[in-house]
Amino acid sequence: MGALIEAHDLCKTFGEIKAVDGISLKVNRGEVLGFLGPNGAGKSTTMKMITGFLEPDSGRASICGHDIQEAPKLAKANLGYVPEGAPSYAEMTPRSFLGFIAEVRGVWGDEVRQRIAAAAAKTGLEPVLDQTIETLSKGYKRRVGVAQAILHDPPVLVMDEPTDGLDPNQKHHVRELIKKMAADKAIIISTHILEEVEAVCTRAVVINRGAIVADGTAEDLLHRITYHGAVSIRVPTERSDAAIRLLKEAQGVAKVETLDKANGHIHLRALPREGALEAARVAAVLRAQSIPIDELYVERGRLDEVFRQITTSDDMKRKKSGEGATNA
Amino acid sequence: MRETLQNSWIIAKREFRAYFATPLAIVFLTIFIALTGAFAFYIGGFFDRGQADLAPFFAYHPWLYLLLVPAVAMRLWAEERKTGTIELLMTLPVSPLEAILGKFFAAWGFIGLALVLTFPMWITVNALGDPDNGIILTSYLGSFLMAGAFLAIGSFVSAMTRNQVIAFILAATIAFLFTMSGFEMVQNALKTWLPEAVSQAVSSMSVLSHFERITRGVVEAPTLVFFVSMIVFWLFATVIAVDQKKAE
Repeated sequence: MGALIEAHDLCKTFGEIKAVDGISLKVNRGEVLGFLGPNGAGKSTTMKMITGFLEPDSGRASICGHDIQEAPKLAKANLGYVPEGAPSYAEMTPRSFLGFIAEVRGVWGDEVRQRIAAAAAKTGLEPVLDQTIETLSKGYKRRVGVAQAILHDPPVLVMDEPTDGLDPNQKHHVRELIKKMAADKAIIISTHILEEVEAVCTRAVVINRGAIVADGTAEDLLHRITYHGAVSIRVPTERSDAAIRLLKEAQGVAKVETLDKANGHIHLRALPREGALEAARVAAVLRAQSIPIDELYVERGRLDEVFRQITTSDDMKRKKSGEGATNA
Repeated sequence: MRETLQNSWIIAKREFRAYFATPLAIVFLTIFIALTGAFAFYIGGFFDRGQADLAPFFAYHPWLYLLLVPAVAMRLWAEERKTGTIELLMTLPVSPLEAILGKFFAAWGFIGLALVLTFPMWITVNALGDPDNGIILTSYLGSFLMAGAFLAIGSFVSAMTRNQVIAFILAATIAFLFTMSGFEMVQNALKTWLPEAVSQAVSSMSVLSHFERITRGVVEAPTLVFFVSMIVFWLFATVIAVDQKKAE
Protein backbone atom coordinates (compact mmCIF):
# COMPACT_ATOMS: atom_id res chain seq x y z
CA MET A 1 0.00 0.00 0.00
CA GLY A 2 1.18 3.47 -0.85
CA ALA A 3 1.60 6.42 1.46
CA LEU A 4 -1.44 7.32 3.56
CA ILE A 5 -1.00 11.01 2.83
CA GLU A 6 0.16 12.11 -0.56
CA ALA A 7 0.43 15.59 -1.94
CA HIS A 8 1.61 16.25 -5.42
CA ASP A 9 2.74 19.66 -6.65
CA LEU A 10 0.18 21.67 -4.68
CA CYS A 11 -0.09 25.34 -5.67
CA LYS A 12 -2.31 28.06 -4.32
CA THR A 13 -2.35 31.76 -5.08
CA PHE A 14 -4.31 34.36 -3.15
CA GLY A 15 -4.57 37.41 -5.39
CA GLU A 16 -0.98 38.46 -6.05
CA ILE A 17 0.53 36.29 -3.36
CA LYS A 18 1.74 32.84 -4.16
CA ALA A 19 1.01 31.14 -0.85
CA VAL A 20 2.01 27.61 -1.82
CA ASP A 21 4.27 26.96 -4.76
CA GLY A 22 4.59 23.33 -5.73
CA ILE A 23 4.65 21.33 -2.52
CA SER A 24 4.84 17.54 -2.80
CA LEU A 25 5.12 15.14 0.09
CA LYS A 26 4.31 11.63 1.23
CA VAL A 27 3.65 10.41 4.72
CA ASN A 28 3.58 6.69 5.49
CA ARG A 29 1.97 4.77 8.30
CA GLY A 30 4.00 5.17 11.47
CA GLU A 31 5.44 8.51 10.44
CA VAL A 32 4.92 11.78 12.26
CA LEU A 33 5.79 14.60 9.92
CA GLY A 34 6.67 17.93 11.50
CA PHE A 35 5.74 20.78 9.27
CA LEU A 36 8.00 23.72 10.02
CA GLY A 37 8.22 27.19 8.66
CA PRO A 38 8.03 30.85 9.59
CA ASN A 39 4.61 32.42 9.98
CA GLY A 40 3.06 32.96 6.58
CA ALA A 41 5.28 30.36 4.91
CA GLY A 42 2.25 28.44 3.67
CA LYS A 43 1.99 25.72 6.33
CA SER A 44 -1.70 26.24 7.06
CA THR A 45 -2.62 26.72 3.41
CA THR A 46 -0.91 23.44 2.53
CA MET A 47 -2.75 21.65 5.30
CA LYS A 48 -6.03 23.17 4.19
CA MET A 49 -5.47 21.78 0.72
CA ILE A 50 -4.48 18.35 2.00
CA THR A 51 -7.61 18.20 4.15
CA GLY A 52 -9.84 19.41 1.34
CA PHE A 53 -10.92 22.70 2.88
CA LEU A 54 -9.25 24.63 0.09
CA GLU A 55 -9.17 23.59 -3.50
CA PRO A 56 -5.64 23.84 -4.92
CA ASP A 57 -5.08 25.92 -8.07
CA SER A 58 -3.10 22.96 -9.37
CA GLY A 59 -1.77 19.71 -8.01
CA ARG A 60 -3.63 17.14 -5.99
CA ALA A 61 -3.72 15.51 -2.59
CA SER A 62 -5.01 12.17 -1.40
CA ILE A 63 -5.81 10.52 1.91
CA CYS A 64 -5.51 6.72 2.01
CA GLY A 65 -5.48 6.70 -1.76
CA HIS A 66 -8.71 8.70 -2.13
CA ASP A 67 -8.31 11.99 -3.96
CA ILE A 68 -9.52 14.75 -1.66
CA GLN A 69 -11.21 16.66 -4.46
CA GLU A 70 -12.55 13.72 -6.50
CA ALA A 71 -13.77 11.54 -3.63
CA PRO A 72 -14.00 14.02 -0.75
CA LYS A 73 -16.29 11.96 1.48
CA LEU A 74 -14.15 8.82 1.36
CA ALA A 75 -10.98 10.81 1.90
CA LYS A 76 -12.46 12.85 4.75
CA ALA A 77 -13.86 9.74 6.43
CA ASN A 78 -10.27 8.56 6.88
CA LEU A 79 -9.08 11.88 8.18
CA GLY A 80 -9.02 13.59 11.54
CA TYR A 81 -8.21 17.28 11.32
CA VAL A 82 -7.47 19.86 13.98
CA PRO A 83 -7.67 23.22 12.21
CA GLU A 84 -5.63 26.17 13.43
CA GLY A 85 -6.98 27.31 16.81
CA ALA A 86 -8.96 24.06 17.17
CA PRO A 87 -12.37 25.66 16.54
CA SER A 88 -15.49 24.06 18.00
CA TYR A 89 -19.07 25.11 18.65
CA ALA A 90 -18.77 27.25 21.77
CA GLU A 91 -22.35 26.89 22.93
CA MET A 92 -22.18 23.10 23.10
CA THR A 93 -20.69 20.90 25.82
CA PRO A 94 -17.78 18.64 24.82
CA ARG A 95 -20.14 15.68 25.22
CA SER A 96 -22.79 17.01 22.84
CA PHE A 97 -20.16 18.33 20.44
CA LEU A 98 -18.40 14.96 20.28
CA GLY A 99 -21.81 13.31 19.94
CA PHE A 100 -22.50 15.48 16.90
CA ILE A 101 -19.12 14.61 15.37
CA ALA A 102 -19.77 10.92 16.03
CA GLU A 103 -23.10 11.07 14.22
CA VAL A 104 -21.57 12.87 11.26
CA ARG A 105 -18.86 10.20 11.22
CA GLY A 106 -21.55 7.54 10.97
CA VAL A 107 -21.25 6.20 14.50
CA TRP A 108 -24.57 5.16 16.03
CA GLY A 109 -26.18 3.88 19.18
CA ASP A 110 -24.12 2.58 22.07
CA GLU A 111 -20.91 3.04 20.18
CA VAL A 112 -21.32 6.84 20.38
CA ARG A 113 -20.97 6.74 24.15
CA GLN A 114 -18.00 4.41 23.98
CA ARG A 115 -16.21 6.55 21.43
CA ILE A 116 -16.81 9.74 23.40
CA ALA A 117 -15.56 8.06 26.57
CA ALA A 118 -12.46 6.75 24.80
CA ALA A 119 -11.60 10.09 23.16
CA ALA A 120 -12.25 11.97 26.40
CA ALA A 121 -10.01 9.57 28.31
CA LYS A 122 -7.19 9.92 25.82
CA THR A 123 -7.34 13.71 25.87
CA GLY A 124 -8.10 14.10 29.58
CA LEU A 125 -11.44 15.77 28.96
CA GLU A 126 -13.48 13.77 31.48
CA PRO A 127 -13.73 16.46 34.18
CA VAL A 128 -15.27 19.02 31.80
CA LEU A 129 -17.44 16.88 29.52
CA ASP A 130 -20.63 18.61 30.62
CA GLN A 131 -19.51 22.24 30.77
CA THR A 132 -20.14 24.44 27.77
CA ILE A 133 -17.05 24.77 25.63
CA GLU A 134 -17.01 28.57 25.83
CA THR A 135 -16.43 28.37 29.59
CA LEU A 136 -13.39 26.08 29.22
CA SER A 137 -9.75 27.13 29.45
CA LYS A 138 -7.67 27.37 26.31
CA GLY A 139 -5.98 24.07 27.09
CA TYR A 140 -9.27 22.22 27.38
CA LYS A 141 -10.65 23.86 24.23
CA ARG A 142 -7.60 22.63 22.36
CA ARG A 143 -8.16 19.16 23.74
CA VAL A 144 -11.76 19.23 22.56
CA GLY A 145 -10.39 19.91 19.08
CA VAL A 146 -8.00 16.99 19.35
CA ALA A 147 -10.68 14.68 20.80
CA GLN A 148 -12.90 15.53 17.87
CA ALA A 149 -10.16 14.56 15.43
CA ILE A 150 -9.33 11.18 17.01
CA LEU A 151 -12.91 10.18 17.84
CA HIS A 152 -13.25 7.83 14.87
CA ASP A 153 -9.67 6.54 15.20
CA PRO A 154 -8.70 7.69 11.70
CA PRO A 155 -5.61 6.36 9.90
CA VAL A 156 -4.63 9.93 9.02
CA LEU A 157 -4.31 12.85 11.41
CA VAL A 158 -3.55 16.43 10.41
CA MET A 159 -3.05 18.96 13.20
CA ASP A 160 -2.35 22.63 12.69
CA GLU A 161 -0.33 23.83 15.67
CA PRO A 162 -1.92 21.46 18.18
CA THR A 163 0.15 22.72 21.11
CA ASP A 164 0.04 26.44 20.38
CA GLY A 165 -0.90 28.39 23.49
CA LEU A 166 -0.75 25.45 25.87
CA ASP A 167 1.25 25.46 29.07
CA PRO A 168 4.29 23.13 29.31
CA ASN A 169 2.33 20.36 31.04
CA GLN A 170 -0.43 20.45 28.48
CA LYS A 171 2.10 20.49 25.65
CA HIS A 172 3.74 17.45 27.13
CA HIS A 173 0.37 15.72 27.38
CA VAL A 174 -0.55 16.39 23.75
CA ARG A 175 2.88 15.23 22.58
CA GLU A 176 2.60 12.01 24.57
CA LEU A 177 -0.79 11.47 23.00
CA ILE A 178 0.61 11.96 19.50
CA LYS A 179 3.49 9.60 20.22
CA LYS A 180 1.11 6.94 21.49
CA MET A 181 -1.00 7.13 18.37
CA ALA A 182 1.91 7.37 15.97
CA ALA A 183 2.57 3.68 15.41
CA ASP A 184 -0.44 2.91 13.24
CA LYS A 185 -1.24 6.32 11.78
CA ALA A 186 0.21 8.84 9.40
CA ILE A 187 0.35 12.18 11.18
CA ILE A 188 1.22 15.70 10.08
CA ILE A 189 1.65 18.38 12.71
CA SER A 190 2.59 21.92 11.94
CA THR A 191 4.46 23.89 14.49
CA HIS A 192 7.01 26.59 14.91
CA ILE A 193 8.23 25.19 18.18
CA LEU A 194 11.36 23.30 17.20
CA GLU A 195 11.72 21.26 20.34
CA GLU A 196 8.45 19.67 19.33
CA VAL A 197 10.04 18.25 16.22
CA GLU A 198 12.71 16.51 18.25
CA ALA A 199 10.13 15.40 20.79
CA VAL A 200 7.55 13.77 18.54
CA CYS A 201 8.39 13.87 14.84
CA THR A 202 10.06 11.13 12.87
CA ARG A 203 10.65 13.53 10.02
CA ALA A 204 10.66 17.27 9.51
CA VAL A 205 9.84 19.32 6.45
CA VAL A 206 10.81 22.97 6.47
CA ILE A 207 8.90 25.22 4.15
CA ASN A 208 9.58 28.82 3.31
CA ARG A 209 7.65 31.07 0.97
CA GLY A 210 5.44 28.24 -0.14
CA ALA A 211 8.16 25.76 -1.09
CA ILE A 212 9.95 22.91 0.70
CA VAL A 213 13.50 23.94 1.58
CA ALA A 214 14.49 20.97 3.72
CA ASP A 215 13.19 17.47 4.34
CA GLY A 216 14.70 14.92 6.70
CA THR A 217 14.92 13.73 10.29
CA ALA A 218 15.76 16.21 13.00
CA GLU A 219 19.28 14.73 12.96
CA ASP A 220 19.58 15.31 9.21
CA LEU A 221 18.59 18.90 9.67
CA LEU A 222 21.15 19.38 12.42
CA HIS A 223 23.86 18.17 10.05
CA ARG A 224 23.12 21.12 7.85
CA ILE A 225 24.33 23.59 10.41
CA THR A 226 27.92 24.77 9.80
CA TYR A 227 29.25 23.97 13.24
CA HIS A 228 27.62 20.59 13.58
CA GLY A 229 30.25 18.31 15.09
CA ALA A 230 32.39 21.21 16.25
CA VAL A 231 33.99 21.13 19.67
CA SER A 232 33.54 23.95 22.13
CA ILE A 233 36.27 24.55 24.66
CA ARG A 234 36.62 26.95 27.56
CA VAL A 235 40.14 27.72 28.76
CA PRO A 236 41.68 30.45 30.97
CA THR A 237 42.29 33.66 28.99
CA GLU A 238 46.03 33.78 29.72
CA ARG A 239 46.53 30.47 27.84
CA SER A 240 44.25 31.38 24.93
CA ASP A 241 47.00 32.04 22.38
CA ALA A 242 48.63 28.69 23.05
CA ALA A 243 45.30 26.93 22.94
CA ILE A 244 44.30 28.48 19.62
CA ARG A 245 47.65 27.59 18.08
CA LEU A 246 47.44 24.00 19.26
CA LEU A 247 43.89 23.58 18.08
CA LYS A 248 44.68 24.96 14.64
CA GLU A 249 47.47 22.41 14.28
CA ALA A 250 45.36 19.55 15.58
CA GLN A 251 44.28 16.88 13.14
CA GLY A 252 40.94 17.40 11.41
CA VAL A 253 40.39 20.98 12.56
CA ALA A 254 39.48 23.40 9.82
CA LYS A 255 39.14 26.60 11.77
CA VAL A 256 39.10 27.97 15.30
CA GLU A 257 36.61 30.64 16.31
CA THR A 258 36.66 32.80 19.41
CA LEU A 259 33.13 33.06 20.72
CA ASP A 260 33.41 35.21 23.84
CA LYS A 261 35.58 36.18 26.76
CA ALA A 262 34.24 36.45 30.26
CA ASN A 263 35.50 36.14 33.86
CA GLY A 264 39.03 35.30 32.86
CA HIS A 265 37.96 32.53 30.48
CA ILE A 266 37.81 32.35 26.72
CA HIS A 267 35.28 30.30 24.79
CA LEU A 268 36.68 28.73 21.62
CA ARG A 269 35.07 26.63 18.97
CA ALA A 270 37.05 24.23 16.76
CA LEU A 271 35.28 23.54 13.49
CA PRO A 272 35.83 20.16 11.83
CA ARG A 273 37.17 19.77 8.30
CA GLU A 274 34.51 17.12 7.76
CA GLY A 275 32.22 14.97 9.87
CA ALA A 276 32.60 15.49 13.61
CA LEU A 277 35.61 16.08 15.81
CA GLU A 278 36.44 13.67 18.53
CA ALA A 279 36.25 15.39 21.88
CA ALA A 280 38.80 13.06 23.51
CA ARG A 281 41.41 13.76 20.84
CA VAL A 282 40.94 17.53 21.11
CA ALA A 283 41.22 17.29 24.87
CA ALA A 284 44.37 15.22 24.60
CA VAL A 285 46.04 17.84 22.37
CA LEU A 286 45.45 20.55 24.95
CA ARG A 287 46.35 18.42 27.93
CA ALA A 288 49.66 17.49 26.33
CA GLN A 289 50.68 21.13 26.83
CA SER A 290 49.01 21.14 30.24
CA ILE A 291 46.44 23.75 29.30
CA PRO A 292 43.64 23.50 31.87
CA ILE A 293 40.24 22.81 30.30
CA ASP A 294 37.23 24.26 32.09
CA GLU A 295 34.64 22.88 29.73
CA LEU A 296 34.60 20.83 26.56
CA TYR A 297 31.72 19.44 24.53
CA VAL A 298 30.74 18.45 21.01
CA GLU A 299 28.20 20.79 19.50
CA ARG A 300 25.11 19.29 17.91
CA GLY A 301 23.69 22.60 16.87
CA ARG A 302 20.22 23.70 17.81
CA LEU A 303 17.25 23.18 15.57
CA ASP A 304 16.14 26.76 15.71
CA GLU A 305 19.52 27.82 14.37
CA VAL A 306 19.16 25.32 11.53
CA PHE A 307 15.74 26.73 10.95
CA ARG A 308 17.02 30.29 10.84
CA GLN A 309 19.95 29.34 8.68
CA ILE A 310 17.75 27.50 6.17
CA THR A 311 14.96 30.03 5.93
CA THR A 312 17.06 33.19 5.92
CA SER A 313 19.68 31.91 3.47
CA ASP A 314 16.82 30.82 1.25
CA ASP A 315 15.34 34.31 1.48
CA MET A 316 18.70 35.85 0.57
CA LYS A 317 19.15 33.54 -2.38
CA ARG A 318 15.72 34.44 -3.66
CA LYS A 319 16.43 38.10 -3.18
CA LYS A 320 19.66 37.82 -5.11
CA SER A 321 18.18 35.82 -7.95
CA GLY A 322 15.32 38.31 -8.02
CA GLU A 323 17.78 41.20 -8.38
CA GLY A 324 19.64 39.27 -11.04
CA ALA A 325 16.45 38.82 -12.97
CA THR A 326 15.60 42.51 -12.89
CA ASN A 327 19.14 43.49 -13.91
CA ALA A 328 19.07 41.13 -16.85
CA MET B 1 -30.05 10.68 -1.62
CA ARG B 2 -30.55 8.83 1.66
CA GLU B 3 -27.08 9.85 2.80
CA THR B 4 -27.78 13.48 1.89
CA LEU B 5 -30.97 13.50 3.94
CA GLN B 6 -29.30 11.76 6.84
CA ASN B 7 -26.37 14.17 6.96
CA SER B 8 -28.64 17.19 6.54
CA TRP B 9 -30.77 15.90 9.37
CA ILE B 10 -27.74 15.55 11.68
CA ILE B 11 -26.63 19.10 10.87
CA ALA B 12 -30.18 20.43 11.22
CA LYS B 13 -30.57 18.88 14.68
CA ARG B 14 -27.36 20.52 15.88
CA GLU B 15 -28.31 23.87 14.41
CA PHE B 16 -31.82 23.76 15.83
CA ARG B 17 -30.47 23.06 19.30
CA ALA B 18 -27.95 25.85 18.86
CA TYR B 19 -30.83 28.34 18.64
CA PHE B 20 -31.93 27.29 22.10
CA ALA B 21 -28.45 27.42 23.60
CA THR B 22 -28.98 31.11 24.34
CA PRO B 23 -32.05 32.97 25.58
CA LEU B 24 -32.24 34.48 22.11
CA ALA B 25 -34.62 31.79 20.89
CA ILE B 26 -37.10 32.44 23.67
CA VAL B 27 -36.81 36.19 23.17
CA PHE B 28 -37.41 35.74 19.46
CA LEU B 29 -40.43 33.48 19.92
CA THR B 30 -41.92 35.87 22.47
CA ILE B 31 -41.44 38.89 20.24
CA PHE B 32 -42.87 37.05 17.25
CA ILE B 33 -45.98 35.93 19.07
CA ALA B 34 -46.47 39.28 20.79
CA LEU B 35 -46.05 41.27 17.60
CA THR B 36 -48.22 39.08 15.37
CA GLY B 37 -50.92 39.36 18.04
CA ALA B 38 -50.46 43.08 18.58
CA PHE B 39 -50.61 43.83 14.86
CA ALA B 40 -53.73 41.72 14.44
CA PHE B 41 -55.58 43.27 17.36
CA TYR B 42 -54.46 46.90 17.35
CA ILE B 43 -53.56 47.73 13.76
CA GLY B 44 -55.52 45.08 11.89
CA GLY B 45 -58.66 45.71 13.94
CA PHE B 46 -59.30 42.03 14.59
CA PHE B 47 -62.39 42.72 16.74
CA ASP B 48 -63.71 45.82 15.00
CA ARG B 49 -64.01 44.15 11.63
CA GLY B 50 -66.70 41.84 12.97
CA GLN B 51 -65.47 39.03 10.73
CA ALA B 52 -64.37 35.62 11.91
CA ASP B 53 -61.13 35.24 9.96
CA LEU B 54 -57.41 35.65 10.49
CA ALA B 55 -56.79 38.09 7.60
CA PRO B 56 -55.63 40.92 9.89
CA PHE B 57 -53.28 38.45 11.58
CA PHE B 58 -51.61 37.27 8.38
CA ALA B 59 -51.59 40.67 6.64
CA TYR B 60 -48.62 41.84 8.72
CA HIS B 61 -46.53 38.72 8.40
CA PRO B 62 -44.49 39.97 5.38
CA TRP B 63 -43.50 43.12 7.29
CA LEU B 64 -42.65 41.24 10.44
CA TYR B 65 -40.60 38.72 8.50
CA LEU B 66 -38.60 41.53 6.94
CA LEU B 67 -36.92 42.04 10.30
CA LEU B 68 -37.37 38.79 12.13
CA VAL B 69 -36.30 36.29 9.48
CA PRO B 70 -32.95 37.98 8.73
CA ALA B 71 -32.35 37.90 12.49
CA VAL B 72 -32.77 34.14 12.44
CA ALA B 73 -30.70 33.67 9.28
CA MET B 74 -27.81 36.02 9.98
CA ARG B 75 -25.81 33.62 12.11
CA LEU B 76 -26.14 30.59 9.81
CA TRP B 77 -22.80 31.02 8.00
CA ALA B 78 -21.37 34.31 9.26
CA GLU B 79 -20.83 32.78 12.69
CA GLU B 80 -19.19 29.65 11.29
CA ARG B 81 -16.76 31.80 9.37
CA LYS B 82 -16.06 34.12 12.25
CA THR B 83 -15.30 31.36 14.75
CA GLY B 84 -13.50 29.20 12.19
CA THR B 85 -15.81 26.22 12.72
CA ILE B 86 -16.53 26.31 8.99
CA GLU B 87 -13.11 24.72 8.50
CA LEU B 88 -14.13 21.90 10.78
CA LEU B 89 -17.55 21.49 9.17
CA MET B 90 -16.17 21.47 5.63
CA THR B 91 -13.52 18.86 6.43
CA LEU B 92 -16.04 16.45 7.94
CA PRO B 93 -17.45 13.87 5.53
CA VAL B 94 -20.38 16.16 4.75
CA SER B 95 -20.94 17.84 1.40
CA PRO B 96 -21.47 21.61 1.29
CA LEU B 97 -25.00 21.05 -0.01
CA GLU B 98 -25.84 18.81 2.95
CA ALA B 99 -24.54 21.43 5.36
CA ILE B 100 -26.46 24.21 3.63
CA LEU B 101 -29.70 22.22 3.57
CA GLY B 102 -29.26 21.18 7.18
CA LYS B 103 -28.77 24.73 8.35
CA PHE B 104 -31.62 26.02 6.23
CA PHE B 105 -34.07 23.42 7.51
CA ALA B 106 -33.06 24.09 11.09
CA ALA B 107 -33.84 27.78 10.66
CA TRP B 108 -37.04 27.02 8.76
CA GLY B 109 -38.09 24.61 11.48
CA PHE B 110 -37.47 27.32 14.03
CA ILE B 111 -39.76 29.76 12.19
CA GLY B 112 -42.24 26.93 11.79
CA LEU B 113 -42.23 26.49 15.55
CA ALA B 114 -42.89 30.22 15.98
CA LEU B 115 -45.85 29.93 13.61
CA VAL B 116 -47.24 26.88 15.39
CA LEU B 117 -47.03 28.78 18.68
CA THR B 118 -49.50 31.35 17.33
CA PHE B 119 -52.23 28.68 17.63
CA PRO B 120 -54.11 30.67 20.30
CA MET B 121 -55.12 33.05 17.49
CA TRP B 122 -56.71 30.15 15.67
CA ILE B 123 -58.48 28.96 18.81
CA THR B 124 -59.71 32.49 19.49
CA VAL B 125 -61.20 32.98 16.07
CA ASN B 126 -62.85 29.56 16.17
CA ALA B 127 -64.31 30.32 19.57
CA LEU B 128 -65.69 33.65 18.42
CA GLY B 129 -67.21 32.62 15.15
CA ASP B 130 -67.18 30.13 12.33
CA PRO B 131 -64.12 30.92 10.17
CA ASP B 132 -63.06 29.18 6.97
CA ASN B 133 -60.36 26.92 8.38
CA GLY B 134 -59.22 25.99 4.87
CA ILE B 135 -58.20 29.57 4.23
CA ILE B 136 -56.45 29.71 7.59
CA LEU B 137 -54.51 26.58 6.71
CA THR B 138 -53.42 27.87 3.30
CA SER B 139 -52.48 31.18 4.94
CA TYR B 140 -50.26 29.37 7.40
CA LEU B 141 -48.74 27.46 4.50
CA GLY B 142 -48.18 30.71 2.58
CA SER B 143 -46.62 32.36 5.59
CA PHE B 144 -44.32 29.40 6.10
CA LEU B 145 -43.26 29.39 2.43
CA MET B 146 -42.65 33.14 2.52
CA ALA B 147 -40.47 32.69 5.61
CA GLY B 148 -38.57 30.00 3.69
CA ALA B 149 -37.93 32.37 0.79
CA PHE B 150 -36.65 35.11 3.12
CA LEU B 151 -34.54 32.58 4.99
CA ALA B 152 -32.92 31.35 1.79
CA ILE B 153 -32.01 34.97 0.99
CA GLY B 154 -30.65 35.35 4.52
CA SER B 155 -28.66 32.14 4.18
CA PHE B 156 -26.98 33.45 1.04
CA VAL B 157 -26.16 36.84 2.54
CA SER B 158 -24.87 35.20 5.71
CA ALA B 159 -22.45 33.15 3.61
CA MET B 160 -21.16 36.32 1.96
CA THR B 161 -19.95 38.01 5.14
CA ARG B 162 -18.48 37.11 8.48
CA ASN B 163 -20.22 40.05 10.12
CA GLN B 164 -23.67 39.18 11.41
CA VAL B 165 -24.84 42.79 11.53
CA ILE B 166 -24.02 43.25 7.86
CA ALA B 167 -25.71 39.94 7.11
CA PHE B 168 -28.83 41.13 8.88
CA ILE B 169 -29.00 44.49 7.13
CA LEU B 170 -28.31 43.12 3.66
CA ALA B 171 -30.82 40.29 4.03
CA ALA B 172 -33.47 42.70 5.25
CA THR B 173 -32.76 45.00 2.30
CA ILE B 174 -33.02 42.26 -0.32
CA ALA B 175 -36.16 40.87 1.31
CA PHE B 176 -37.58 44.40 1.37
CA LEU B 177 -37.03 44.77 -2.40
CA PHE B 178 -38.76 41.46 -3.08
CA THR B 179 -41.66 42.57 -0.90
CA MET B 180 -42.03 46.15 -2.13
CA SER B 181 -42.02 45.18 -5.80
CA GLY B 182 -45.62 44.07 -5.38
CA PHE B 183 -46.73 46.96 -3.20
CA GLU B 184 -49.48 49.00 -4.80
CA MET B 185 -47.63 52.29 -4.47
CA VAL B 186 -44.54 50.91 -6.21
CA GLN B 187 -46.63 49.24 -8.86
CA ASN B 188 -48.44 52.50 -9.64
CA ALA B 189 -45.18 54.37 -9.90
CA LEU B 190 -43.71 51.71 -12.17
CA LYS B 191 -46.76 51.71 -14.46
CA THR B 192 -46.40 55.43 -15.16
CA TRP B 193 -43.02 55.12 -16.82
CA LEU B 194 -42.54 51.44 -17.67
CA PRO B 195 -44.41 49.20 -20.10
CA GLU B 196 -47.19 47.12 -18.59
CA ALA B 197 -45.30 43.88 -19.22
CA VAL B 198 -42.31 45.04 -17.18
CA SER B 199 -44.33 46.18 -14.21
CA GLN B 200 -46.24 42.90 -14.41
CA ALA B 201 -42.98 41.00 -14.37
CA VAL B 202 -41.75 42.99 -11.39
CA SER B 203 -45.00 42.32 -9.60
CA SER B 204 -44.82 38.60 -10.31
CA MET B 205 -41.44 38.57 -8.56
CA SER B 206 -43.03 39.98 -5.45
CA VAL B 207 -43.36 37.94 -2.33
CA LEU B 208 -46.21 40.21 -1.29
CA SER B 209 -48.55 39.59 -4.23
CA HIS B 210 -48.06 35.83 -4.06
CA PHE B 211 -48.61 35.84 -0.33
CA GLU B 212 -51.79 37.93 -0.62
CA ARG B 213 -53.19 35.50 -3.14
CA ILE B 214 -52.50 32.49 -0.96
CA THR B 215 -54.05 34.16 2.12
CA ARG B 216 -57.25 34.59 0.13
CA GLY B 217 -57.33 30.81 -0.13
CA VAL B 218 -56.03 30.62 -3.69
CA VAL B 219 -53.31 27.99 -3.88
CA GLU B 220 -52.09 28.09 -7.46
CA ALA B 221 -49.17 26.43 -9.16
CA PRO B 222 -47.43 29.74 -10.03
CA THR B 223 -47.43 30.77 -6.39
CA LEU B 224 -46.02 27.49 -5.18
CA VAL B 225 -43.50 27.46 -8.01
CA PHE B 226 -42.52 31.02 -7.12
CA PHE B 227 -41.79 30.28 -3.48
CA VAL B 228 -40.07 26.97 -4.15
CA SER B 229 -37.89 28.45 -6.89
CA MET B 230 -37.01 31.41 -4.66
CA ILE B 231 -35.79 28.94 -2.02
CA VAL B 232 -33.94 26.76 -4.53
CA PHE B 233 -32.33 29.74 -6.26
CA TRP B 234 -31.04 31.39 -3.09
CA LEU B 235 -29.84 28.10 -1.62
CA PHE B 236 -27.99 27.40 -4.82
CA ALA B 237 -26.44 30.86 -4.53
CA THR B 238 -25.49 29.91 -0.97
CA VAL B 239 -23.62 26.84 -2.24
CA ILE B 240 -21.53 29.08 -4.50
CA ALA B 241 -21.03 31.73 -1.82
CA VAL B 242 -19.91 29.20 0.78
CA ASP B 243 -17.49 27.66 -1.67
CA GLN B 244 -16.02 31.01 -2.69
CA LYS B 245 -15.92 32.67 0.69
CA LYS B 246 -15.26 29.88 3.16
CA ALA B 247 -11.54 30.50 3.48
CA GLU B 248 -11.61 34.29 3.73
